[in-house]
Amino acid sequence: MFDSLSSKLQKVFRHLKGYGKLTEQNIQDALREVRLALLEADVHYKVAKDFVKTVAERAVGQEVMRSLTPGQQVIKIVNESLTELMGGTAASLDLSGKPPQVLLLVGLQGSGKTTTAGKLAHHLGKNGRKPCLIPADVYRPAAIDQLITLGSQIHVPVYPASSQDKPEDIAAAAVPFARENQCDVILVDTAGRLHIDTELMDELKRLKGILLPKEILLVADAMTGQDAVQVAGAFHEALQLTGVILTKLDGDARGGAALSIKAVTGCPIKFVGVGEKLDALEVFHPDRMSSRILGMGDVLTIIEKAQEVFEEEEALDLARKFREDAFTLEDFRRQLRQMKKLGSLESILKMLPGMGMLKELKKMQIDEKALVRTEAIINSMTKEERRDASIINASRKRRIAMGSGTSVQEVNQLLRSYQDARRMMRQMMGGGAKPGKKAKKKKVKAFFPF
Amino acid sequence: MLKWFRKKSQEPPSEETRTEVGEAQAVQAESDSSAEQTQEAQGGFFARLRDRLAKSRERLADQVDRVVLGKKHIDATLLDDLEEVLITADLGVQTTRILLDHVAERVKRRELQDPAKLREALRDEIQAILSVDAPPFDPSRAKPFVIMIIGVNGVGKTTTIGKLAYLIRRSGLSPMLVAGDTFRAAAVEQLERWADRIGVPIIRQQSGADPSAVVFDALDAALARQVDVVLIDTAGRMHTKVNLMEELKKVHRVIQRKMPEAPHEVLLVLDATTGQNAMSQARLFQEALGITGLILTKLDGTAKGGVIVPICHELKLPVRFIGIGEGMDDLRPFDAGEFARAVL
Ligand SMILES: Nc1nc2c(ncn2[C@@H]2O[C@H](COP(=O)(O)OP(=O)(O)OP(=O)(O)O)[C@@H](O)[C@H]2O)c(=O)[nH]1
Ligand SMILES: Nc1nc2c(ncn2[C@@H]2O[C@H](COP(=O)(O)OP(=O)(O)OP(=O)(O)O)[C@@H](O)[C@H]2O)c(=O)[nH]1
Ligand SMILES: [Mg+2]
Ligand SMILES: [Mg+2]
Repeated sequence: MFDSLSSKLQKVFRHLKGYGKLTEQNIQDALREVRLALLEADVHYKVAKDFVKTVAERAVGQEVMRSLTPGQQVIKIVNESLTELMGGTAASLDLSGKPPQVLLLVGLQGSGKTTTAGKLAHHLGKNGRKPCLIPADVYRPAAIDQLITLGSQIHVPVYPASSQDKPEDIAAAAVPFARENQCDVILVDTAGRLHIDTELMDELKRLKGILLPKEILLVADAMTGQDAVQVAGAFHEALQLTGVILTKLDGDARGGAALSIKAVTGCPIKFVGVGEKLDALEVFHPDRMSSRILGMGDVLTIIEKAQEVFEEEEALDLARKFREDAFTLEDFRRQLRQMKKLGSLESILKMLPGMGMLKELKKMQIDEKALVRTEAIINSMTKEERRDASIINASRKRRIAMGSGTSVQEVNQLLRSYQDARRMMRQMMGGGAKPGKKAKKKKVKAFFPF
Repeated sequence: MLKWFRKKSQEPPSEETRTEVGEAQAVQAESDSSAEQTQEAQGGFFARLRDRLAKSRERLADQVDRVVLGKKHIDATLLDDLEEVLITADLGVQTTRILLDHVAERVKRRELQDPAKLREALRDEIQAILSVDAPPFDPSRAKPFVIMIIGVNGVGKTTTIGKLAYLIRRSGLSPMLVAGDTFRAAAVEQLERWADRIGVPIIRQQSGADPSAVVFDALDAALARQVDVVLIDTAGRMHTKVNLMEELKKVHRVIQRKMPEAPHEVLLVLDATTGQNAMSQARLFQEALGITGLILTKLDGTAKGGVIVPICHELKLPVRFIGIGEGMDDLRPFDAGEFARAVL
């Protein structure tokens, strides 16, 4: 599933000889696959259609860069357009002006408003602000208790509302409560509601009138399907949203709703929720979201994690090699040596979406002793063998086993885990071909899908 | 008269709900009249659901109608329009393609020529997929009948338990709630309010307790009190989180060890607003526990919940109930035919 777009593009461009200009014809098929990938990621039907049209206009006539295949080139354009559309760079909260500032959280039932209110309070508190929480949800059973509990966990004052109060009265009490507690930011939690519930949408308009919020944030579930367009459109129309917070990105949802919501509201996505705990809030990165929607894995996060240990250059080099599938046995050896410092390969790969792969990962765990033997085996290989494992035939294997004081089985085992690693990298990075087919090819780069 | 799409009602004051006897009788009286109406109102609900669909989708459906009526033959544009209808209902690319290929083939074989029949044919296909062969939902077939409610965060598990308990009570059985979500802030209190509201007992421990221990004790209590149905709430969890799934498996094992036949139903709650990710949810929860059925909530919005079509197709799970609001009587048995008609 996660490698489908890249492998499909590989097929699309199979017949294209050499490099040249992207023509309308050869782009058509590629973009059909892009459109399907977007739909699979829950991007709205119309949004996907429009987007693909834009990309087509942009792509036709473009020179394929020397270092890229046509498939890679298309992905590059798609990825760039997607990133741009989602805001380019990270956007922050607007808290300018005279305090206390009011932030109003709105959204459908169960999208994560109350939890996100707690997370935002925690985040702002860490950044030198003094927030307070206002529970304006008098409908859902124990909604007020929920916010009070969260507030006490992070030592943030919560207005002691009662479910008998009217939301409008609670809103009116917000600013005096903040002043009393010397708070400079007010976070207002509201009840979940359907965008077609006119009565409750009117209530929100009234709350807006009373609170005059600096930010009105739509809290939306990253797993939302095609309906995201209707929901975001209706909330925006009623309230003129200033931003979006996308929750539950810690699952394996591709998150196409992000694009749909951005497309209909034009509002920046400001934060993402990545867990139930109150510190599980992150700044939104359009580029990462883009590669997630396309199912290409979060290459950037890998690079970041690797940087903690590797020199930057080396990390970039490794990421490039993963991406280009030029990951040789030499790199494999280097990686084994770094393994202890870096944490396991597993921990790096865990950062990638698509964790249906976890079972595969289990196979790859390497113990310390094996590490030493593995190194010995690789040391016994010639340079050529290390660079292109496919030339290692039976007689070479015997020689390597003798040289390293191991057995042919162990050599085979090593080659298998190296192939596994490579295959996984490829899958994570969006490649697709079966490992069997690959081993026969001489030039690794030539068959990498994009 | 029942209000199918009820507005949010203010939480009833707790003093009122605690006057058990009077309250319980009132509920009983209300339920008698609503039981009579259920039959008639059932059809009304979907008609109304369709009425309340977002205008854009109405337009879309009209479009199909217009195209269908204006055409003598089924052609590519018509199939494109239908593709849009199915995709925007969250059926997913693959299922949409399978359905459309299927009708296209029938057109080729000349079994299907009249564009007006096309929509009917598609509805039939969807209905067929959703009509999964499964034993009926029958809480009277064991005592206590143990139901485990599971799902990802915020889909409506706790609310559904409240509604289901109300439904079960109305059918004359005695339900008991178990506050198995000890993690989320005020989750126990939330379930407690529901227990108060409908006047049923609840077994709870303090927040932070081991859910397996809560469930273990609850089953003892259920046996001692001779309740008919045990409804176990669980914390919402991402299906991808291995440790949380293990915790859920442990709860499951505890139940099984206590009562080898139980849990009699493991119901996965899905939010109709969710897109293709529901597929992954269903697969992984199924793999971890074995699900006996689905509950689709929040169908009172504009989302169609079409993702249950590929889910039912692949996993052969019956949809037991649908949620159509936040009130206690907003739970309905699922009807495949009506659902198909609401999709297109
Ligand atoms: N895994 C995960 N769960 C989340 C995230 N954000 C919120 N949740 C969970 O989602 C569920 C619903 O969250 P709430 O904060 O209660 O949602 P809400 O929008 O306030 O709900 P209503 O008030 O009923 O409309 C809870 O179980 C939260 O713990 C997230 O980023 N990741
Ligand atoms: N409109 C509508 N709202 C619903 C429906 N079912 C549940 N809800 C609302 O959805 C929100 C979340 O419901 P909960 O029952 O708390 O969900 P949950 O799955 O128990 O959530 P966690 O325990 O936090 O994972 C609440 O505001 C409910 O009132 C439904 O069928 N329609
Ligand atoms: Mg809430
Ligand atoms: Mg719950």
